[in-house]
Amino acid sequence: MDKKKSNRRFIVIALLACLVIAFFLSPLASSSPDGLEKAAENLGFLHLGEVLVWGHSLMPDYSIPFLGERSVSGMIAGLLGTLAVFGLGWGVGFALKRKKQTK
Amino acid sequence: MHIPDGFLSLSVAAATYGVAASVGAATIVQAKRRFSDRFVPLAGISAAFIFAAQMVNFPIGGGTSGHFLGAMLACLLLGPSVGFWIMSLVLAMQCLLFADGGITALGANILNMGIVGGIVSYWIFALIVKILPTTKGSFLAATFGVSWLAVVLAAFVCSVELGVSGTIPFKIVIPVMTGFHVLIGLGDALVTTAVLSYMLNARPDLVYSWSGSKGAPIGEEVTANG
Repeated sequence: MDKKKSNRRFIVIALLACLVIAFFLSPLASSSPDGLEKAAENLGFLHLGEVLVWGHSLMPDYSIPFLGERSVSGMIAGLLGTLAVFGLGWGVGFALKRKKQTK
Repeated sequence: MHIPDGFLSLSVAAATYGVAASVGAATIVQAKRRFSDRFVPLAGISAAFIFAAQMVNFPIGGGTSGHFLGAMLACLLLGPSVGFWIMSLVLAMQCLLFADGGITALGANILNMGIVGGIVSYWIFALIVKILPTTKGSFLAATFGVSWLAVVLAAFVCSVELGVSGTIPFKIVIPVMTGFHVLIGLGDALVTTAVLSYMLNARPDLVYSWSGSKGAPIGEEVTANG
């Protein structure tokens, strides 16, 4: 198999794996507060975080607003987010790559 | 450990934004010298994996959960400079699109998870593998240990920021935060080591820290497999 083909295959399979994680595993995630949130709760400063500075998030708390709190909402948000950062990450890599070298 | 708006003082928020921006500029210079073409798609894959895996919170007991961090994973696969940028990209998107992590705390979150958990931890990793024999086994052992340490260090620095902000005294928050993250870090270490172990076998040519960078273990010439 030539190298280009095998690279393409690797990328497609790896991206599919990420999408599977975002779509099928995210509904299984624990809904307990994370380490920082729990610390804030236990130590009594959680209320400080109840301010709204940026109210323009498209998918606040990993949900699609019009789909509500159902788990399908989180699954789709995960799928869209994964695709978005995949594209942007590729772009970041492209922007940061070194100029063609002789070697 | 994404800090929301409201936890940090204005001066801490500003100072951490300053540090994040300076490191951002320095890493561009570094990446432009070293980052080769063949890693470009892997940058997208790394971002996608970190984002997706971070959604899957796992319970650590006592009604608390934690999630994968991925900073060491990004640095090991892409090198610390691009790894830092990928981590920062994920944090920025989580903040802007998903309201996970505050926009005023983004500098601090990048400092904790991208710089402390990423670049600084990668340096520690590079020092350790220099001492160890250059085998896959010791590379993976160092991966496990430093991925765990990265999460604990990031949580420690996060606690310091909360202390300096006057949100909560150091000696109260540090033990609680590091205590939780000693456990959460194990989850990160397991996932990172599993991915690196797979990559070293399947695509060693796509592990920057293994085959390409100076200061990291270049035990054997690794050629791209067909």
